[in-house]
Amino acid sequence: MSTASTRMTGAQALIKALEMEQVDTIFGLPGGCILPAYDPLLESSIRHVLVRHEQGAGHMAEGYAHVTGRPGVAMVTSGPAATNLVTPLMDAYMDSIPMVGITGQVGTSAIGSDAFQECDTVGITRSCTKHNELVMTPDDIPLAVRQAFHLATTGRPGPVLLDLPKDVLQNEMTWHWPTDDEVSGSLPGYRPTMNGHPRMIKEAARMILAAERPVLYVGGGMLKARAAEILRELAEMTGINVVTTLMARGVFPDDHELCLGMPGMHGTIAATTAMQRADLLIALGARFDDRITGRLDAFAPDAKIIHVDIDPAEQGKVRRPDVPIVGDCRLVTEEIVQAIRDLTASGIEQADITAWKSRVSGWQEIFPLTYDEASPGAGLKPQYCLEELRAASTDETILVSGVGQHQMWASLHWKFNQPYSWVNSGGLGTMGFSIPAAIGAKAGRPDATVWAVDGDGCFQMTAQELVTATVERIPVKVALLNNSYLGMVRQWQEMFYDERYSEVYLSTETPDYVKWAESMGCVGIRVESPEEVGPAIEKANSINDRSVVVEFRTDSEEKVFPMVPAGVSNDEVLVHPSQEQFRAQLG
Amino acid sequence: MTAFNPHGTSLNHGILSVLVQNRPGVLARVASLFARRGYNIFSLAVAPAEDETQSRITIVVDLESAPLEQMVKQLFKLVDVVKISELDPRRSIERELLLATVRADTGQRSEIVELVKIFEAKILAVGSDAVTVSLEGHPDKLDDFEELLDSYAIVEMQRTGRVALPKLDRAARLRAVNPNQKGKVS
Repeated sequence: MSTASTRMTGAQALIKALEMEQVDTIFGLPGGCILPAYDPLLESSIRHVLVRHEQGAGHMAEGYAHVTGRPGVAMVTSGPAATNLVTPLMDAYMDSIPMVGITGQVGTSAIGSDAFQECDTVGITRSCTKHNELVMTPDDIPLAVRQAFHLATTGRPGPVLLDLPKDVLQNEMTWHWPTDDEVSGSLPGYRPTMNGHPRMIKEAARMILAAERPVLYVGGGMLKARAAEILRELAEMTGINVVTTLMARGVFPDDHELCLGMPGMHGTIAATTAMQRADLLIALGARFDDRITGRLDAFAPDAKIIHVDIDPAEQGKVRRPDVPIVGDCRLVTEEIVQAIRDLTASGIEQADITAWKSRVSGWQEIFPLTYDEASPGAGLKPQYCLEELRAASTDETILVSGVGQHQMWASLHWKFNQPYSWVNSGGLGTMGFSIPAAIGAKAGRPDATVWAVDGDGCFQMTAQELVTATVERIPVKVALLNNSYLGMVRQWQEMFYDERYSEVYLSTETPDYVKWAESMGCVGIRVESPEEVGPAIEKANSINDRSVVVEFRTDSEEKVFPMVPAGVSNDEVLVHPSQEQFRAQLG
Repeated sequence: MTAFNPHGTSLNHGILSVLVQNRPGVLARVASLFARRGYNIFSLAVAPAEDETQSRITIVVDLESAPLEQMVKQLFKLVDVVKISELDPRRSIERELLLATVRADTGQRSEIVELVKIFEAKILAVGSDAVTVSLEGHPDKLDDFEELLDSYAIVEMQRTGRVALPKLDRAARLRAVNPNQKGKVS
């Protein structure tokens, strides 16, 4: 070990610090102010994926983080590049995705002078990052990087941004890698709570055993905490049904007899209604989002709430919990399981929940997911395409969705049996998320088959990143459900605006998706009839040396059911028209 | 119903004493959090704390706009926030400073001087037709003073926003009086 001080530029320190943080991939695009950082990258072990638009870099970093659990890194220049990164930062903030954004900035002496490609990046990103920092001297770079990775990955994960002026990258510094103590000492106000409060844990266990109509309401926090195993143990030891939110799909197997699927605005009837009628909701890493609760004052009116979340601010933000437990979802769930064992050992028996469970399975039987068969000559049913795709895939296949109808169909009709096999934009609802996120997921998990499911509206927002996929040899597969419309908006206009369609029609023939795919170096396949669906998927799955875009021409009028209209109680859920006759059974 | 005092602030207020790391942008972080979440601020005072690497921000907040508990929790999510104390107005010492220039021709000047005496305020400057006065004290006292000054046409006025610290408890006060006393530190 040499004690001699090593001199290097800020840029070299940045790349070295990223290597020390075990970054293996950076998604980015160089420009004026970040230029110095791109030079030492030539000698680095880190792979750089050159994107076509900075938003793509951000979503790729998110996709990478989703499937690996490690923070995704996006590096772009100042000004417009930084503002292009804003959407992914906000997306990552809403969905608690660990991500580190690195932006160039004009030289320190030019800051505030409206210099070329200058913008107030830390000001602009303040409310869409967990933390951000303008680094003003090269000596601060290693600590800033360590802090960024620490903050992004601990507590409630999220995006952290470092803004690096050009001269800070160019000037020399003396390398020093901060110790853990130095990092934690530099963040005196940051101490995430990990273990639950023992009294609350015990109270939660007691309530779980006493509940007659309990439901495990599981959110994305359980995936972040890598708590799938202990969740299964908790569900199986108590026999309590599980609902998995849009952000939690896959944390509990859909094939499991206790799984009710996704609840909420487009949730399954069984999941949504079970929550409505429950006497106890055990919320694990979930945040009572408006898409889950529907009209809040009518949400789960008889339910007591146990709320486990690592973010204290989630406790009572929407619904006041009876038992708030701040802590890491995995540790707390383990503690609850142990507390239940202790209570059981001391002779306390669990209440009889068999009557409740037969009610729940009644809803499952009466209100399965359903859709009408396609009429001859009409567009394909998107649900059918997804079911065929699922049948040709394994549990390990990673599905990455955009935002809209196709996202809801994917979440509903795909059977997720593995954690980290579902990637989507939940909180922010970012159209155009899927293509870059799928590329990021594939870069993080080259062994896995990655399918993006996209709509035609979404695809047109970020499809150019398929060029990145081709050039960087990161082959993904795209199931493009082309209904020629902004489908979800069209659905709302049909149902709530008297079929007055305003600015939702895109086009059926333009662009030509097959030619577009081919021009980007992908294989393009168009599917127009049900008989072509299976063979097209088979062909796509057999191509692994390049990306494939399968365009399914789908029925424009197909709608997502079930649906709870915005601002309405979950009790007033609209079931599929063919199930309307059974509505009385929802009671 | 919310009661309003003459200063235009709701009586339903809370006081947060927020210790933050003294770093660039920290005030902007706090301010943009309040703006973003729709929390109303009545007054704000910021200055370096006893440890010069830290600043203390005293925020008087409107409890009608959101529960204090949520404000505290959201504030704590800011990485630069080190410590937050909720100060109960009944158990705190609150102070504020008021500067006012009041129109005062020779006829009115003596009345204003009398008012200044009653409130134990100070006259900082006297002009031919105006005086500048200052008053330091509890915000309620400043409210009263301001209301009375108002009848003399206030030309310009500036209040600082309140600062506050918890009252010392009895044991601590005794220790302060007699530093040799061996009391149990709670």
